[in-house]
Amino acid sequence: MTAKLTNNQIAWRAAQDITDGAYVNLGIGFPEKVAQYQPPGREAIFHTENGILNFGEAPPQGEEDWDLINAGKRPVTLKPGASFFHHADSFAMVRGGHLDVAILGAYEVAENGDLANWSTGPKGVPAVGGAMDLVHGAKRVAVITDHVTKDGKPKLVKRCTLPLTGVGCVTRVYTSLAVIDIEGGRFVLREKLPSLSLDALQAATGAELLVSGPVIDLIVPEL
Amino acid sequence: MDKTVANLATAVAGIEDGMTVMIGGFGGAGSPIELIHALIDRFRATGHPKDLTIINNNAGNGHVGLAALIEAGMVRKLVCSFPRSADPVVFTDLYLAGKIELELVPQGTLAERIRAGGAGIPAFYTPTSFGTDLAKGKPVAEFEGRSYVQERWLRADVTLVKAETADPQGNLTYRAAARNFNPLMCMAAAETVVQASRVVPAGDIDPESVVTPGIFVQKVIECANPQQEEDLNRANAVYPGVA
Repeated sequence: MTAKLTNNQIAWRAAQDITDGAYVNLGIGFPEKVAQYQPPGREAIFHTENGILNFGEAPPQGEEDWDLINAGKRPVTLKPGASFFHHADSFAMVRGGHLDVAILGAYEVAENGDLANWSTGPKGVPAVGGAMDLVHGAKRVAVITDHVTKDGKPKLVKRCTLPLTGVGCVTRVYTSLAVIDIEGGRFVLREKLPSLSLDALQAATGAELLVSGPVIDLIVPEL
Repeated sequence: MDKTVANLATAVAGIEDGMTVMIGGFGGAGSPIELIHALIDRFRATGHPKDLTIINNNAGNGHVGLAALIEAGMVRKLVCSFPRSADPVVFTDLYLAGKIELELVPQGTLAERIRAGGAGIPAFYTPTSFGTDLAKGKPVAEFEGRSYVQERWLRADVTLVKAETADPQGNLTYRAAARNFNPLMCMAAAETVVQASRVVPAGDIDPESVVTPGIFVQKVIECANPQQEEDLNRANAVYPGVA
């Protein structure tokens, strides 16, 4: 496999589906990049588990306020219209169906919508944070991920083998090769890199890709 | 009514061996560093309190605050959602050596269990963790076609939190995202101890602005210019430091 999207490009593609005024939670790490690529004229309101709505980017070095951090414990700033709230209200927003979108990373996503993204197995210190809460309640739970692992193994699989974060929760996956919806317990291909054949994409995917409509060319700017 | 106490030692005097203690904060934001360090001072002087069960979102960072409490050997069990940090060596080493117990709880479930404890609700159902390893052994029920996991309340003997402003009746406001778990923990303990950056006369906090009403608070101590975990860690601070 040759051409694939960079993480910035995957984040850009995911950002195109976020509507103006949407309430959005971005998982810690890679998903945070999505905030940088909102299309001009659209402004989502970002939620962080530790009690802020409508936070903005990091402050310049030396201007950090350590009472103003995100769930990854990195310093952030506030946008006009920001609000603070306690943790129970924060997770009421999550589980109560008030968020429009949650975008998360993944170790594995299964064709039935199961997600594994919190534990790679019994070794070390287990840590879950808000991952298991976030997969429930957001109107749309999307995943951004490389299409395969560093060893070239599929991350889109028939059934997850790693400990689950949630059952049947993911509805769309943005990968380095394609955009795939999960519908009726199947992977449905929506977009793929134009240079990539369907056979090559299927070979990199651990479960059958259904083509039920037009497959759009996945074209992303250089980033 | 005056809930203010004279010093930090008096503030933490109610914590005894084997107690369950909620400690506020998310990372360093809202973490009552001065109260935690006062508790460590008492342990170093008297050997007590020990065998504590601590409830916090994290397991400390570096060698100050909660990490220092764990490092001092005062903690038997930790209830938290995310025991990893930039410098988690204190907890990690004890955990991997089997010397500290961990109850891992999803973050929203942790918050709601504490809220339920404060609100007198012994159990509730949540979609979180259904079908995962963290739901093992817990009752499951279906409501309107969806499956939910039963979770129990969490209550504590003592809660330690940091607030921004307090009055002598225990009314509190918080600063920015330092609010996090603190208002919930204030509700869920038999004795809530607050370190506030400012203590003002009753009436000086606008009733519209009170976040934690004083009914949930038993002791207040003023700690002007409190230390912040992130600043201490950037300076590689160790508590109690080299004598």
